[in-house]
Amino acid sequence: MPKQLVSLIIDGQSVSVPAGTLIVDAAKQVGIDIPVFCYHPKMEPVGMCRMCLVEVGRPVIDRVSGQPVIEGGKPKIQFGAKLETACTTPVSEDMQVVGMSEKARTGRKEIVEFLLTSHPLDCPVCDKGGECPLQNLTMAHGSSESRFKFDDKQHQKKHVPLGDLIWLDRERCIQCARCIRFQGEIVGDAVLDFFRRGRATDIVTYSEPGFDSIFSSNTTDICPVGALTTADFRFGARPWEMNSAASICTHCPVGCNTTLNIRREARSDGNMVIKRIMPRQNEQVNEIWLCDKGRFAHHFSASPDRLAKPLVRTGELVTESSWEEALNLAARSLVEAKQDFIVLAGGRLANEDLFNLKALADGLGGKAALYTHMGGGYLTTLAGVSMDTNFGEMGAGTSILVAASDLYNEAPLWYLRIKQAAARGATLILAGARETKLEKYAAHVIRYAYGDEAQTIKSMQKSKAGQAAAEALASAQNLVVLYGSDGLGLEGSASLAEACAGLLDMTGHAGKPGSGLIGVWPHANDQGAWEMGFQPVADLAAEFKNKLVYIAACDPVGDDPALAEALKSARFVIVQELFQTETTRLANVVLPAQAFTEREGSFTSGERRVQRFYPALPAFGETRPDFSITASLAQKAGLELEGTSALLIMNKIASKYKSFEGLSYARLAEVREQWPLVGRGDIYYGGAIYANTQGLGTRLALLEAGSLPGTKPVESKRPSESELLAIPVCKIYDRGVTVLPSTLLHPHIGDASVSLHPDTAVRFKVQAGSTAQLTVNGTAYQVKVLVDEKVPASVALLPRSMGIPINTPATISLKAA
Amino acid sequence: MRVFEPLIELARGLGTTFKIMLEKPVTVQYPEQKKPVKPRFRGRHVLKRYDNGLEKCIGCALCAAACPADAIFVESAENTDDVRFSPGDRYASTYEINMLRCIFCGFCEDACPTEAVVLGDNYELSFTNRRDAIYPKEMLIEPAPAGTLPTPQKVPPGLYTRSVPEMKDPQD
Ligand code: SF4
Ligand code: SF4
Ligand code: SF4
Ligand code: SF4
Ligand code: FES
Repeated sequence: MPKQLVSLIIDGQSVSVPAGTLIVDAAKQVGIDIPVFCYHPKMEPVGMCRMCLVEVGRPVIDRVSGQPVIEGGKPKIQFGAKLETACTTPVSEDMQVVGMSEKARTGRKEIVEFLLTSHPLDCPVCDKGGECPLQNLTMAHGSSESRFKFDDKQHQKKHVPLGDLIWLDRERCIQCARCIRFQGEIVGDAVLDFFRRGRATDIVTYSEPGFDSIFSSNTTDICPVGALTTADFRFGARPWEMNSAASICTHCPVGCNTTLNIRREARSDGNMVIKRIMPRQNEQVNEIWLCDKGRFAHHFSASPDRLAKPLVRTGELVTESSWEEALNLAARSLVEAKQDFIVLAGGRLANEDLFNLKALADGLGGKAALYTHMGGGYLTTLAGVSMDTNFGEMGAGTSILVAASDLYNEAPLWYLRIKQAAARGATLILAGARETKLEKYAAHVIRYAYGDEAQTIKSMQKSKAGQAAAEALASAQNLVVLYGSDGLGLEGSASLAEACAGLLDMTGHAGKPGSGLIGVWPHANDQGAWEMGFQPVADLAAEFKNKLVYIAACDPVGDDPALAEALKSARFVIVQELFQTETTRLANVVLPAQAFTEREGSFTSGERRVQRFYPALPAFGETRPDFSITASLAQKAGLELEGTSALLIMNKIASKYKSFEGLSYARLAEVREQWPLVGRGDIYYGGAIYANTQGLGTRLALLEAGSLPGTKPVESKRPSESELLAIPVCKIYDRGVTVLPSTLLHPHIGDASVSLHPDTAVRFKVQAGSTAQLTVNGTAYQVKVLVDEKVPASVALLPRSMGIPINTPATISLKAA
Repeated sequence: MRVFEPLIELARGLGTTFKIMLEKPVTVQYPEQKKPVKPRFRGRHVLKRYDNGLEKCIGCALCAAACPADAIFVESAENTDDVRFSPGDRYASTYEINMLRCIFCGFCEDACPTEAVVLGDNYELSFTNRRDAIYPKEMLIEPAPAGTLPTPQKVPPGLYTRSVPEMKDPQD
């Protein structure tokens, strides 16, 4: 229902905005700047700093008739005696706002003077210097001299770690509470608050460990001063010294838009390096936020293990070689293998790389497989979300079902956005075997035992909680279903996907704009791989035998000793990677690839949005982009593929795959004005977030759904009394190859651990905090025992990518070490 | 009388010559002999220290920002009380000036909030290759005053918390 429009005049300009709009926002919409510190367009106003003072006049109402008094044909306007805060005052009909009068200017000038009474003014050493709202607004509105005594300045601690990632400078804080409100209102982890009063007011953290939130770094962007800094960037460079390039986060399927800030650095041997990652606004993807993993886990592209030159193995000897030699050897083996080869691609490859790999496999008659533990993706290409789905606009009328996924750990920004959709009135339904963080905001929770995922979704009406949920699903205007792989392997997740797609079909939501199925993939571009027809293989080990194996951007050997064994039986192994991994050590030829920071390309997010990333750094060593390596290899094996330009490959993708129809790099680079305004000159308003000038990306088209394939039931694994079922779960900070090189995160990664219910711990005679011996498939591992009431009985939660090979539920044995 | 005109001119010219010959010469026998520079001369930069030996430079890079020739490169890092280069949080871990680029305008000196970089008296800059024209911090910084330790120093905790010398109310 469109809101009623209200007309008013701000600084002589007439404005019409929906009723309820605040004066600051109304002014911003017509390009009038009212300075703010505490107000932030993404949060509720609090009116704490009083920087936004304006004069407000309202029509005089005749007490008898209740009608506005008319004077000279116009309503008579009376201005209040005092200035009002534009950030807390909603507009009203015929209001007149004067922001630039002498009175308003004086008011602001005095507020700035007040804010600076105890401000250290150490701009030269402040990380915010150069992009600081307080600095800018002082120049614009402040007075050049203070009437307060320097000697009376408060001196506070300048080096207070709130957690190990975010540090506070107490002197610089102007008590705007943006950080506190961000954590409370937007994230829902109220870990910060004020402590004490008056001049002694201080920001403190109440969590243990300090500032325990995976969104903590966003507070440094919206803090209007340099009070909050990240441990990663602190004193790293001045903002004006860095160059920037638009990019996409590669750590999860959300595909957050980022800006890479780069600089040449003496301590990195004079190389260009990434100094920090900043959010880039995309209101349909990440708004103006990033999770801490996305911001801090960027060091892999500069890892000391990066490969600079191709490697060739002769017997036991591995030597660096020229590209020519390595490619010739690989191509010769490829030709010799005839059709006996398999291409194994990882989900962190770009669309263009995947296209070439698939074209190579198809062209030479081999097989192309996606390396993943999660299945069902072809259903997301048929019944996925399309053009009109935007979590940011979901509210009443939309139902969101999250099945078998711990979004907080798996896709943090979706967690944030779904939480907010629920606050706006969307019905959130969670189906899970254990309690996850998002459950707090769910209208319905369906609990099942591990192994019953697909069955639970299919027969939802049967349980009591399920019945209400099923009704909410059926009656929803739009239905979005997210399914993940919490406790599921390839088969389990595929059958869950089928159940979820069936649900969409049954409730009449399949193929509807605004509805659809979303896979919470383990990698950034798994969706892209599915769209291009890649499929995972159930028994990879069997596929390797006597074949040529061409592995790109994944590390099966490091993940699983069984695959390591299997790869030894392959006839030839080509590995295309960024750095040395366990897999490259078994390779006959290693081809060094460029990181996404060094080249051009595009990713397809879990929401089927194709987004471009741009080169930020010069190529490392002799590395080449993945698509071009594949093209050179293909060419030497007698197949022509595009290998010079990512743009041309995108054109080919667009003409080959129906869902990509009409896509081009130009189209992906299109931008539109987004609200709220961020970046630009008025960083005081939205924060230091970058405006999006290099592309919002485009959603893929939905395919003709036709009839969705039926479900094949999978045996659900159930432990017997004496056994223990290990359940693979996701942990945001894991030992994955792209996370581990960021040493800053090591305290958050920790050691391999297993979580048990207290009763289970007693049954297996292990104690909380102790080390236990865990045996999977005959191999023993040392793990730390964590005890948690929320873990279901008789299962052991085992995080993936923590050094213990677990992709699908498996029986394990556990004993005290 | 036009015949005498060249002779008069010649005599006048020679007169000047003889007059100058009798004056005290201004040329000096450089490099054996050197003239003191004027007080506001802008020569090779020096990075100053406080009396206690701590570096004045806090690695803020404002000099680099002000430099019209982009001659200065600064990289900063964080001080601790155990490893302290300068007062406050930040110090210059790398500080380089490319003397071939520098136009000796003195803007860097003006921009510096701690009066750390000062254009000195030295004008005798010569290099045989471009790399040598880049003066690193070790060449630019003055030696620690007698009786003080070189940086980094280990200092008592909590003593040097201010990067920029504390401001006082004017006394007069
Ligand atoms: S730390 Fe920054 S965001 Fe938080 S209250 Fe202080 S000034 Fe505001
Ligand atoms: S939510 Fe995902 S895509 Fe976004 S910053 Fe975090 S890891 Fe990256
Ligand atoms: S004197 Fe001028 S040109 Fe030379 S380094 Fe300083 S600011 Fe740059
Ligand atoms: S010399 Fe002065 S302006 Fe330059 S970095 Fe050091 S303190 Fe800053
Ligand atoms: S009171 Fe309005 S912005 Fe702070």
